[in-house]
Amino acid sequence: MTAKEIFLSPIIDIENLGLDAGAHLLIKHGLNKIPVGGELLVTGNAPGWQAQLSAWCRAQGHPLTFIEGKAQITRSDIHAGRCRGATQTGSADPKQNGAVHEHAWPCYGLAARGATVEAGAPEYAFRLNQKHEVWADNAAELYAQAVAAQWNPDQAIDWNAAFELPDEVENAVAQVMTYMIENENAALVVPARFLGQMHPHFREVQAVLAIQVADEARHIDVFTRRLRLRGREPALSTAGGQASLKTLLDETDFSIAGFLLSVLGEGTFVSLLNFLHAHAPDPVTRQIARLAAIDEGRHVAFGMAHLLRRLKLEPEFRTRLTHAVETRNDALSGTSGLNEEVFDALILLAAGEFTPAAIATGYARVQTLMTDMAEGRLARLLRLGFEGKTAQRLAALHTRNFM
Amino acid sequence: MTRPFVMGAVAYAPKVVTIWEGFKEYFRARDFEFDFILYSNYERQVEAQFEGAIDIAWNSPLAWVRAERMARTRGQSVRAVAMRDTDCDLASVLVVRGDSAISEVSALRGKIVGFGAIDSPQANLIPLDHLRTQGLVAGRDYTARRFDVLGGKHGDHIGGERDAALSLMAGEIDAAWMIDGNHLAFSREGVLPAGATRIVARTGAYDHCNFTTSPGASEEQVARFVELLMGMAWDDPEVRPLLELEGLKAWRIGRTSGYAQLARAVDDERFYDSKGNILVTDYRY
Ligand SMILES: [Fe+2]
Ligand SMILES: [Fe+2]
Repeated sequence: MTAKEIFLSPIIDIENLGLDAGAHLLIKHGLNKIPVGGELLVTGNAPGWQAQLSAWCRAQGHPLTFIEGKAQITRSDIHAGRCRGATQTGSADPKQNGAVHEHAWPCYGLAARGATVEAGAPEYAFRLNQKHEVWADNAAELYAQAVAAQWNPDQAIDWNAAFELPDEVENAVAQVMTYMIENENAALVVPARFLGQMHPHFREVQAVLAIQVADEARHIDVFTRRLRLRGREPALSTAGGQASLKTLLDETDFSIAGFLLSVLGEGTFVSLLNFLHAHAPDPVTRQIARLAAIDEGRHVAFGMAHLLRRLKLEPEFRTRLTHAVETRNDALSGTSGLNEEVFDALILLAAGEFTPAAIATGYARVQTLMTDMAEGRLARLLRLGFEGKTAQRLAALHTRNFM
Repeated sequence: MTRPFVMGAVAYAPKVVTIWEGFKEYFRARDFEFDFILYSNYERQVEAQFEGAIDIAWNSPLAWVRAERMARTRGQSVRAVAMRDTDCDLASVLVVRGDSAISEVSALRGKIVGFGAIDSPQANLIPLDHLRTQGLVAGRDYTARRFDVLGGKHGDHIGGERDAALSLMAGEIDAAWMIDGNHLAFSREGVLPAGATRIVARTGAYDHCNFTTSPGASEEQVARFVELLMGMAWDDPEVRPLLELEGLKAWRIGRTSGYAQLARAVDDERFYDSKGNILVTDYRY
């Protein structure tokens, strides 16, 4: 190499910065700007910088020579090796074409969607790895809404609001809360189980499930706090109620579970929460019910969005949904469904006191609730494209336990 | 079945098992019957090369020097057939604290200098030789403090160099020797805070480990072994983890031009005699 050629190579001066103090970053920066096989000159004045540079270049695989007191590094292509045969995993923005792959492969692993994954990375067996099995196009928006709508029970609810209920009415509140908590447990565990099986490639759906689980945890917390507000312990949990919930946990198909839990169950639960918001005898229960209903609305919305998408791609999947409702109804035919204690407690809550007139009002309100629930289920089934008669039949077959 | 080609290696760390099991799989997948025997120290391994136990040894530079001397004495020959790219042209550096008054080797007179294990080429023998060529002899012109870790491993375990670095920072010694790459490694670990040390001397370039053939090893098998090594590409995701673990980007054909300083040090420090017998007395392995 002539003096002129040296002059033409890019040169960087690391001054008195040693490679034991970060100078390699300056050198890497310089190397990034030259092509493979190109040369970079380095000068410096930290004591022993040449020895450090030799060690660094050797470890990095870049040939190094010293010419007239300057180090000359030849950029090697060894670092490209890590990208050779690497896998491109879509892209981060779900709106871009091809961003979310139809099939998320095990080798994508835990990488951020869009990352380049080095060949030879370990494979992860995520069971839910098909886009059509889990995806909803508005998942990112629903997640953003959920984040914005999070509420802090200590601030959102006036736990010290003054109220006094007759003992029996307070007991009825405790019974309804007991029932709500076990339903919320199902609503937490079902998405949580799927969350652990879902390929992280479907980041937006993963986020929706994660925040849904957090919502349910908060519901369980506030229902428990209301239950304990007047010193009560949880009341009766019935075999029939738990049998109904168990069929939800036993469902292994994400879409079917979402149909049973979110579209039918949580949809029905929204009606119940609206009922409590309107008719509960104390302000704390009313506030809790209002806030939980808003959260549940989002859970229903995701279930609907996912199923609408899947049914559009796979109209025949409707048959499986029909079958799932029928099977569940058969499985629960030997159970009593909603327990008498809960039903009576709801009447009592809506009545507020033990007078024939109040009870009559409470009873009428619970009847209206039942109609609301059935109408809501029917409306959602029709929106999912079920034919009128089938929709009516399925709406009626839904568990008497509400969820 | 043909007799497998048997390699000896020293188990200086648990990862050695992972590395050579991986190599074994790589060789076997290419129809080359290969096996390995692990030794706890290089002395036993080199001796095994002359007992017919192994066909080739993954030798430290010091083990190479000994094998070469033993072979010559017996009228046999050993060859260095392959080495890592990262083992070519190493240097050791003498490091002092940033605020030290020592700025050149002559200022070490009367001082305490830290060295690695007694059998470490890079942190003991070559540095002793470097100072000796500058007229400084341990025990006469300066005090040598040795940081001995795992004798018989020929300094492969960097614990000795790290202990010397720690002792330097604690102010217990005035200077410490280490391989140039370890100076950077210790600064990444935070053992040597950035800029807190200064390099005052650097040895000449020397080579490190090589694959040393045993006398009588099959030429054909050696050739196939080397050919397969040279075929290990960093680009191959199956091979890359092995190369990363063993610390190289590519295998190179062996050379013996980088061991002169060490051979001189072995004589001057009376480590081995010219026949490869161990002379040094306070050496446990
Ligand atoms: Fe909930
Ligand atoms: Fe929910």
